[in-house]
Amino acid sequence: MSSTAPTLEATAPVATPSKLQAHRTPAKSIGLVLVCTIIGAAAQILLRMGADYIGSEEGLAGLISNWPLMAGYVCLGANTLLLVIALREGQLSVLYPIIALTYVWVAILSPMFFDDTLNAFKIVGIIFVVGGVSMIGAGSKR
Amino acid sequence: MTTPISSMLLVLLASVIGSVASVFLKAGANHLHRDKASLIRSGKRLSVGVVLFVVSSIFYVWGIKDGSLTVLYPLVSLGYVWTLVWSRLFFNEPINRQKIYGVGLVLVGVMFIAAGNK
Repeated sequence: MSSTAPTLEATAPVATPSKLQAHRTPAKSIGLVLVCTIIGAAAQILLRMGADYIGSEEGLAGLISNWPLMAGYVCLGANTLLLVIALREGQLSVLYPIIALTYVWVAILSPMFFDDTLNAFKIVGIIFVVGGVSMIGAGSKR
Repeated sequence: MTTPISSMLLVLLASVIGSVASVFLKAGANHLHRDKASLIRSGKRLSVGVVLFVVSSIFYVWGIKDGSLTVLYPLVSLGYVWTLVWSRLFFNEPINRQKIYGVGLVLVGVMFIAAGNK
């Protein structure tokens, strides 16, 4: 549909849908990003534990002996690696917002480790985030 | 607790840099094959992506030093909006209604979670 009728095509203000990559995002990629969100939440919790741990020993030795901090960084590295594997196929605009689920896991998990509570605000927020991510996922199916 | 404009700008900058990082990761992850040439090309893009993520987190930590997380936390999640724009610009991905509303719901959700963090 490109060459014969230039008049209409040329005046179209935006790219026609046929020009856009309407490729689907495979469930495998979505699943990998979901795993990323869990590892990412673990990373955030470990880094926060590590931040409380700081001060017991000075310098580089103190940094390395701070196991929650180190484990947190390892999780961040694993997270990035998994994200790259997930991004090999599928749409960035579908896969990237899924990472917002990290907020949900952190909100659910941090009362177990810190002086946090899961209050009504957080529960409403969790419902919105899960709803939003589900909507983006549903929109990727066509 | 008042949040200084400078903190907001730093966190906003972190969100933009983080979203650009995701573009480089995607560009590196696309066409990631076993041959040497594509590994080198992908490797460069992935390295830029990782460096940008680190830079983004530096600005983020710098930004959240002062100010209320209730304000700053949702600003970070604006990165999802930028990513939507970059995905359209650089990868020709369609922006459909589900993506716009979905990201909108995510932003509202993050605002609530941040409000609950008091």
